[in-house]
Amino acid sequence: MALLHISEPGQSTAPHQHRLAVGIDLGTTNSLVATVRSGMAETLDDAHGTAVLPSVVRYLEDGTVLVGEQAKAAATEDPLNTISSVKRFMGRGIADICKGCSRLPYHFADTDSNVPRIATVGGAVSPIEVSAEILKVLRDRAEAALGGELAGVVITVPAYFDDAQRQATKDAARLAGLHVFRLLNEPTAAAVAYGLDRGSEGIHVVYDLGGGTFDISILRLNKGVFEVISTAGNSALGGDDFDALIAEWIAEQAGICDEADHGQMRRLVREACRAKEALTAAEQVPIKIECKAGKNWEGVLTREQFNRLVDPLIQKTLAPCRRALRDAGLSVEEIEDVVMVGGSTRVPRVREQVAAFFDCEPLVDIDPDKVVAIGAAIQADVLAGNKPDDEMLLLDVIPLSLGLETMGGLVEKVVPRNTTIPVARAQEFTTFKDGQSAMVIHVLQGERELVSDCRSLARFELRGIPPMVAGAARVRVTFQVDADGLLSVSAREEATGVESSVQVKPSYGLSDVEIERMLTDSIEHAEDDVAARLLREQQVEADRVLEAVGAALAQDGQLLDEAERAPIDEAVDALRAARAGSDPRVIKRAIERVEDASADFVARRMDASIKQALAGHSVEDFN
Amino acid sequence: MEPSSNHFKLFGLEIGFDIDEQLLAQRYRELQRTAHPDRYVSATDRERRLAVQRAAEINDAFQILREPLSRARYLLELNGVGWDAERNTATDPAFLMEQMELRETLHEARAAREPLPSIDRLLADISERVGGAMAELRELFAAEAPDFERIKVNIDKQQFLRRLQRQAEELEEELLGAA
Repeated sequence: MALLHISEPGQSTAPHQHRLAVGIDLGTTNSLVATVRSGMAETLDDAHGTAVLPSVVRYLEDGTVLVGEQAKAAATEDPLNTISSVKRFMGRGIADICKGCSRLPYHFADTDSNVPRIATVGGAVSPIEVSAEILKVLRDRAEAALGGELAGVVITVPAYFDDAQRQATKDAARLAGLHVFRLLNEPTAAAVAYGLDRGSEGIHVVYDLGGGTFDISILRLNKGVFEVISTAGNSALGGDDFDALIAEWIAEQAGICDEADHGQMRRLVREACRAKEALTAAEQVPIKIECKAGKNWEGVLTREQFNRLVDPLIQKTLAPCRRALRDAGLSVEEIEDVVMVGGSTRVPRVREQVAAFFDCEPLVDIDPDKVVAIGAAIQADVLAGNKPDDEMLLLDVIPLSLGLETMGGLVEKVVPRNTTIPVARAQEFTTFKDGQSAMVIHVLQGERELVSDCRSLARFELRGIPPMVAGAARVRVTFQVDADGLLSVSAREEATGVESSVQVKPSYGLSDVEIERMLTDSIEHAEDDVAARLLREQQVEADRVLEAVGAALAQDGQLLDEAERAPIDEAVDALRAARAGSDPRVIKRAIERVEDASADFVARRMDASIKQALAGHSVEDFN
Repeated sequence: MEPSSNHFKLFGLEIGFDIDEQLLAQRYRELQRTAHPDRYVSATDRERRLAVQRAAEINDAFQILREPLSRARYLLELNGVGWDAERNTATDPAFLMEQMELRETLHEARAAREPLPSIDRLLADISERVGGAMAELRELFAAEAPDFERIKVNIDKQQFLRRLQRQAEELEEELLGAA
């Protein structure tokens, strides 16, 4: 006999439909995907039972794209078409990439786009497209394991990522056909994994030394709220640098510094990486490399020598630790514990130095390679609405100050770093010359005073300012940063109301046109039907809107009288009808109509819920 | 439509300089749990944009009230007292002398043979002065008819002390880094 279900008191009798959501750790060296199943967060394995996907993509002449272990295995034999550590290039221009290393690892194609393109036999690809290939593999893996389409994902980024790098990551997700619930800072994700497991409260430090990036974050955990108090780091420092140093040391010892070609260097780096990993347990490790055909070099790397080599790099991580502490106004004694994240924290010397600096034994109980993905999965599960009673809320901060260029090439900061996001700030500027009719708004990110020392995010013009004497115009520039850390800027001349705004498209980002073209390209590549894909996208969006508005009306319909409600119902009916049709443009317009019709309702609802949040308090609180 | 006409009301607090900071933080979290865009990931675009705006307003109001000096400036604003950051602050000769002396101390500390202990002493001195000024500010606001001019001078003084404190800390860090 089938048993009947009886729900727990207080819970809805109509169970919420479980939405498929995953957390993705898009790492420099490795990437992972994790989800919450039956209340447990776990990473998802590929068909061979491996969770870790090497962030390596190989392009073949026939257009085939290989991702992961298979690509990594070819890195030495086909170095120029096999792209690893692409995360370092995200949101960066070619000049930045050259600055970082003495020898460029790939050939870069000439391009009229701002985004550098790596020339491969399969065609020129941008770092965003390379990242999208990695995301697609993880998406397919997740959809196969969970048996359905993903409602959304949480993707982690280093806390120190600037606007351009975040935007590039979000663009990659879009290319991979993923709906991004949130970009989450990696250290915050790690704290989620630990915090929820241990139920601890207080001040926590997350020390994250990955393959290519270092982040330090100081967080306050209190009753399910994670506040990032400060962050610092170095977006070009990680385990790869350990490997490079060891590889250089080997080349020096073997006397092959000058003759090493791309392939040889790759072999050395692989050997270096193996030696580093072996030294986690062993006191010394034998090294054997092939120099020229038939000629070998053999040697030994001791842990002591290894420590000497990497100590300067570890020291380089401690300066940001000091800065983050100072920014947070905290001393070492106030730190409850230190969470270790990233494969490089397996290096015993790193643990020693961190323990000495913070004067406490760092936490290492969760696999440092998986902890970020697990935290992201927990957050994705909450954001998908699968845990309606969960009160977890993550409040992140902006990692670098945002400002504008003023006269003399100076930067005026508008939003200082470590401001909690979302944030909106406005500042007024004025004209420099009599009769000046336009103003260039140059948006910058960074801590330095000179424009040339900061990262240029975007440049746009406010035109049509009526002629006035110098200093008379009042141009109000508003910065808005959303929960993902993405910036939009608008400018308005107050006297005339002349307006201009941009969703900041970073100087080294893709334009919308480029993204559209890549989407179409990838569709053609898959021999998919473009029209069908566009229709499907609008249908998914329509379903999302119908569900959202339906739920809002069911919950707060009483906020509307009949006359107010009628146009919303009408627009919803029209959208349902359009959804049943096959014209994506008609569906899009119908969606916009629903959004327009429900604009007031949406605002009223939100304000009502804000009042509701305070309603539990006594009346005399409200004067 | 604004959810609240002033920041104190937004958090259900009485208008005044002396506030229960823990209560403020608690209500801030309650409001953010309601308004944060994370609560609206599956909502319509418009709803999400509105959530970003509301959450930004709540963050802004919280930042202003949480920090005593910005709270004091906000109270001046609510009382219709203009705050002109550029105005001449050299109205109080005693304060002017104090500024000069403290700057001199920092300058000397840099040149001293043992700069770190001198900087430590200066930092301790500054933090004592900040404590005294803060107590005075609290008293000034507690008065039946607050003297807004004196409040302005007090805020100026504390801003100067904070700046000096930052400079001293930076110097300390620079010296530690060089060691």
